[in-house]
Amino acid sequence: MKRYVIAVYVENKYGVLTRVAGLFMRRGFNIDSLTVGETENPDYSRITITLRGDEYAREQLINQLKKLHNVKKVKLLNSDNTVEREMMLIKVINTPENRSEIMDASEIYRAKIIDYNTSVICVEITGEPVKIKAFIEVMKPLGIVEICRTGVVALERGSNILE
Amino acid sequence: MEKKMMTGAQILIETLIEQGVTDVFGYPGGQVLNIYDELYKAQDRINHVLTAHEQGAAHAADGYSRVTGKVGVVIATSGPGATNLVTGIATAMLDSIPMVAITGNVPCNLIGKDSFQEINITGVTLAITKHNYFVNDVRDLADTIREAFQIAKSGRPGPVLIDIPKDVQMAEAPFELKGCVEPYPQAIAPDSDIDRAVELINAAERPYIYIGGGAAGAGMTREIMALAEKIDGYIGCSFMGLSALKNSYDRFLGMEGMHGRYASSMANKEADLVLGLGVRFSDRATGNAEKYAQGAKIVQIDTDLSEINKNIRVDVGIIGDIVSSFTRILERCAERSHPEWRAMVEQLKAEEKRIADEAAAKATASLTPKQVFDIINDVKDENTIIATDVGQHQMWAAQYVDFERTRRFASSGGLGTMGYGLGAAIGAQIASGDRTVLITGDGSFGMNLNEMATAVTYKTPIAIVLMNNGVLGMVRQWQTLFYGQRYSNSELERQTDFVKLAEAFGAKGARARTPEEFRAAFEAAMQHDGPYLIDTLIDQDEFVLPMLPPGGSIDDIITSKEQGV
Repeated sequence: MKRYVIAVYVENKYGVLTRVAGLFMRRGFNIDSLTVGETENPDYSRITITLRGDEYAREQLINQLKKLHNVKKVKLLNSDNTVEREMMLIKVINTPENRSEIMDASEIYRAKIIDYNTSVICVEITGEPVKIKAFIEVMKPLGIVEICRTGVVALERGSNILE
Repeated sequence: MEKKMMTGAQILIETLIEQGVTDVFGYPGGQVLNIYDELYKAQDRINHVLTAHEQGAAHAADGYSRVTGKVGVVIATSGPGATNLVTGIATAMLDSIPMVAITGNVPCNLIGKDSFQEINITGVTLAITKHNYFVNDVRDLADTIREAFQIAKSGRPGPVLIDIPKDVQMAEAPFELKGCVEPYPQAIAPDSDIDRAVELINAAERPYIYIGGGAAGAGMTREIMALAEKIDGYIGCSFMGLSALKNSYDRFLGMEGMHGRYASSMANKEADLVLGLGVRFSDRATGNAEKYAQGAKIVQIDTDLSEINKNIRVDVGIIGDIVSSFTRILERCAERSHPEWRAMVEQLKAEEKRIADEAAAKATASLTPKQVFDIINDVKDENTIIATDVGQHQMWAAQYVDFERTRRFASSGGLGTMGYGLGAAIGAQIASGDRTVLITGDGSFGMNLNEMATAVTYKTPIAIVLMNNGVLGMVRQWQTLFYGQRYSNSELERQTDFVKLAEAFGAKGARARTPEEFRAAFEAAMQHDGPYLIDTLIDQDEFVLPMLPPGGSIDDIITSKEQGV
C-alpha cells in the first residue's frame, strides 16, 4: 500500500463534488482525505485527494476521474517534488498540570493558541500530515476534546503546474 | 438567424429536431404535460411512440439505437416515471448505448420538499449515466440538450439524462437553431504504441483477434477481416461483438467465454497473441482473469483509457480512436502464414462439430433449442433483426443465430436485464422498418409482457419465439450443477396460456411442440402484419453448453451434461 496525492481540476458547477465522491464509493476506492476550493479562476475548483492503495487503484482512480465530464485535468503529484500542507484545530483539556506542556509543545511545533478558557485550550497547527500526526500524539495523554482537520492541500514545487 | 422567444418545452422539441431526432419513446405525466403539448403540435415533424410502461420506453430507445447507431431518446414524467427508466438507462450504460433520457420534475420552488412525485433523479442515476443534468434556467436548456447529445455519442457512447422542472418548461427564452452536434474529436494513439503492437503481432505464431461491442459499433467488419487474412489469424468475439462479422466467415469462430463456442474459447486459450478491439475483457468472457490466455501477449485497443489494465493486465494498451489505431496496425503489420495454427484451429472446429453432433444424436426432446434456431436461421434473411431477453434462450441465440450483418442484434449483455427484449424489439423494429424476431423465455417475457399492447397498437411485425420450459432455465442449470439440484424458486408453476394471452392483447398466437409445428408457426409469424407469439415448448432440463463454471477457466470447460452433473 502506497500513499498517492492526486490533484484534480474541475468545473465549479452544481453536483461536481458528488460526482467525484460518488466515484470512490462506486469503484471501491479508499481515500484518506479530500479537499476542495475555488482556484484563481472562479469557474474552476481544485480538488486534492490522498489515496492509499496499490498501483492498480491509483491507475484506475486517475483514469476514471478523467472520464467525468466536469473534470478538466488530473495529475498524480510526485511526492519528492510537492509541498503538502494540512491545517488542524485541536481542543485540549486545560488544567494547571498540563497547561505549560500544551503551550511549550505549541511553540516547538510553531502552532498557535487561538482560543482559551478555563476548561479547554484550542490550538491551530499547520504542516505536513506527519507533523500533524506527531502533534496529536503529544496531545493525546493531555486529553484531546475535539479535532478538526482540513485534509491535505498540495502544489508541486517550482514552476510545475497542472497541465 | 433571428432569435425567437420560445418556452422551454418548445425549445426542447426544436432542439431534438435540430439534433436529427425523428422518433422518441415515452409516457406522459403531470410534470411533462407541457412537453407532450408541444409533441402534439409537432407530430408531423417528430414521432412519439407511447409504450405501456416507462421501462419499456427506455428499452425501446435502446433497441432503436442498437440497430441505427443513432441516439435513442426517451421521455418520462417525474418521480415514478423517472425511476421506471432506471433499469433501461443502466442497461444502456453497461452496453455503451447512446441515449438521451428526458425527465420532467416538479417546479423549482417545490424541489427538495418531497413534493408529490418528486424524486432527485440526477442523484438516482449518477452511477448509471455517462453524465446528467438538472436544468434550472431555461436559458441553459438548448445548449444543455446539445451537450447531452454530444456526450452520449462521443468516444465510448452511453446514456445521458436531462431533468427539467416544469417551470423551466414553461419559462421563455430566446432560441436559435445551431445544427446537429458532432462527437468530440477522439485522441489519436501515438505511433510508438502502434509500432509496439505491430512488433508483437509480427512475432506471433498463433494470433487471435478478439472483438467486442466497440468494434461492432464502429462498423469495422472489412478491416477486421483484412487483418485476419494478412496475419493468418482467427477471430473471436465477446457477447457484445456478435453481429460485427458474418457467422459464415471461416476465420470467425464466434463468441468465446462462459457460454462461448468451444473452438473460439479454446483458440483464445491456445493463442500466443490476443488482439482485443473495443472489448473490455469482462468476467463472463475471460473466466478467472489470472488464468486467462496465459501463454499470450495481449494488445488492447480501446477508446476508453480506464478499460486498459482494468480487468486484465495487457502488454500493450492503445488508447484513442479505434478505427485509426486498428487501420494503422493493419497497414503496418507483415503478411504472415501460420499453417500449424490453421491446422490446430481446424481441429478445434472439428471437435466443436463432433460435440454438437453427439449432443444432437443424444437429444430425446420432441423440440430442441438447436432445432428452433436452425429453423429461424433458415427462414430469416440478412436484414432480420434478432432481439432477446436474458437467460438460456439468450445464450442459445448467441451460439446458434447465423448473423449476416452488423447492427441486427439487440440484447442486454453487460447488465443482463430480463424483460429487456420486447421493448427493445419494438424500438429496433420501428427504427429499421425491418422484420424483427424476439427470442425470449417464459421467465423474461413475464417481466414486461405489457408491451404486447404497444406492439399491437403500432402493428410492429415481431415474431416472438417464447421458449417455454416452465422454469427459470439458467437458474435451474446453475442449481443442477452447483446447488445439489435444489430448485429453489426456479420452477414457475404458472398456468399462463401464452397463446390466449397474445390473443387477448389483439395479437396472433400459436403453439409449437415439434420442429414441424414450429416451422409452420414461424413462417406464418414472419409473414404476419403485427406481433405473432409462438409458445415454443422445450424441455426444462436443456443445458446451455459449453459452460465454464463461475470463477473457473477454460481448463474447467463443461461440454456435456453428463460431465457437469
